[in-house]
Amino acid sequence: MHYSGFKVIKEALTGHRGWGPAWRDATPKAQYDYVIIGGGGHGLATAYYLAKEFKQARIAVLEKGWIGGGNVGRNTTIIRSNYLLDGNEPFYEFSLKLWEGLEQDLNYNAMVSQRGILNLIHSDAQRDAFVRRGNAMILNGADAELLSTAQIVERYPFLNVNNARFPIKGGLAQHRGGTVRHDAVAWGYARAADRRGVDIIQNCEVTGFRIENGTCKGVETSRGFIGAGKVASCVAGSSSRLMEKAGMRLPIESHVLQAFVSEGLKPLLPGVITFGAGHFYCSQSDKGGLVFGGDLDGYNSYAQRGNLPVVEDVCEGGMAIFPNLGRARLLRMWGGIMDMSMDGSPIIDRTHIDGLYFNGGWCYGGFKATPASGFAYAHLLATDTPHKTATAYRFDRFATGHMIDEKGMGNQPNLH
Amino acid sequence: MLIDHPILGPRDAAEFVYKGDAMLIHRPDWQAEDAVAQFTDYGYLRDNPAGLHRELWFHEQGDRSWLVVTRDTTTHEITKVELARDVARAEGRSR
Repeated sequence: MHYSGFKVIKEALTGHRGWGPAWRDATPKAQYDYVIIGGGGHGLATAYYLAKEFKQARIAVLEKGWIGGGNVGRNTTIIRSNYLLDGNEPFYEFSLKLWEGLEQDLNYNAMVSQRGILNLIHSDAQRDAFVRRGNAMILNGADAELLSTAQIVERYPFLNVNNARFPIKGGLAQHRGGTVRHDAVAWGYARAADRRGVDIIQNCEVTGFRIENGTCKGVETSRGFIGAGKVASCVAGSSSRLMEKAGMRLPIESHVLQAFVSEGLKPLLPGVITFGAGHFYCSQSDKGGLVFGGDLDGYNSYAQRGNLPVVEDVCEGGMAIFPNLGRARLLRMWGGIMDMSMDGSPIIDRTHIDGLYFNGGWCYGGFKATPASGFAYAHLLATDTPHKTATAYRFDRFATGHMIDEKGMGNQPNLH
Repeated sequence: MLIDHPILGPRDAAEFVYKGDAMLIHRPDWQAEDAVAQFTDYGYLRDNPAGLHRELWFHEQGDRSWLVVTRDTTTHEITKVELARDVARAEGRSR
């Protein structure tokens, strides 16, 4: 069923009886060419681009829960491509370009809103760093603009630019950044993949891999064995748990990251802002809630909930730049589990086991990467060569010393 | 979270800094034949279990001791707290 304005009007006039499910509830077949483990944004995008761009067939996506119930439904919905390093920036810019055409491509309203992202500057040294970052972005075809405090006040009059400890000295803006309705990304990719024949199999947990003579032949699941030409792990947050079943240890720790939504407010915050002296980022959803987040709790966790010291820390960061935030009540808070890699950058690579591929280590930057991650992973699966924007995301970069460490923190996952 | 410090008693986890898996106590021998491979494992690979995890915490805002905390990563429940030096010595480290 094709969605269109005409269809909406027709259904409105005929009692909405013509809508069907957005995707089939598929039952697993015995054998596929590609089995993608993980029905999150990245897994569904991978399946979609495999079918659409690389003309592959017999694809299944296995999801242990339901579509949209994992990190794709738990993030703060921000898209941007304001990275510094050569290994990252072309990839994230590719992703942002895919976001720009996503809704027409998927025939789904994902509410892509390029309302702009603004990283605030609080010191001279930080301005130098942000100028450098902006130049790196421009060199890679992204947009970046250095704003003065006066330009910022014009757009965000409520910001406290004269905070005694962290005055706002300017900002680096990326006007093409913004937000996307995260659930709609999962649903849109699921529907579009399904329309191209991909089997989306929910409530199907992978319990093991069948590996014979160094080749992965398929996966054992809670719904029986499923054979596969190629098996693709795409379960960021649970990567270590899954790959341990294939005997692999990963350069990843799982950490909990909390996010928050305030009560609904009138339009206040036109774009996305981030605090440069602490860790706080905030946007306003179309329903009016202020959506914000900050740092990791900082210790290994699979609990999908965090503790109060980080709540306090995030809210303090918010209050430092955004004092009227204190008048809003917190409506909801939740946690998601992040694959925190050893250098803060992801992995999209083959494994040492033939037919077994890996996508993970997204830290807390996975949502914005969804389209490019899916595209690059589909490229790797279909051609056995990395996509040109994802050549640096190798497993062996830790052994060879080619880390992609945006923040220069070293191999300490909770600091990235 | 409260960490029941073996010397100081229960302390707020916010006083501590988290390091990671307690296997980091066992730094590889730099003179071993396969030292490069061992250090790659030591520096970059982790078990990252869902369940009981032995991990290093540093009491930065307190007595600056290193602790080995046994904690369940699915519930955050702490079941055991030891001084890292005691653990290291019991596991054969000389210093």
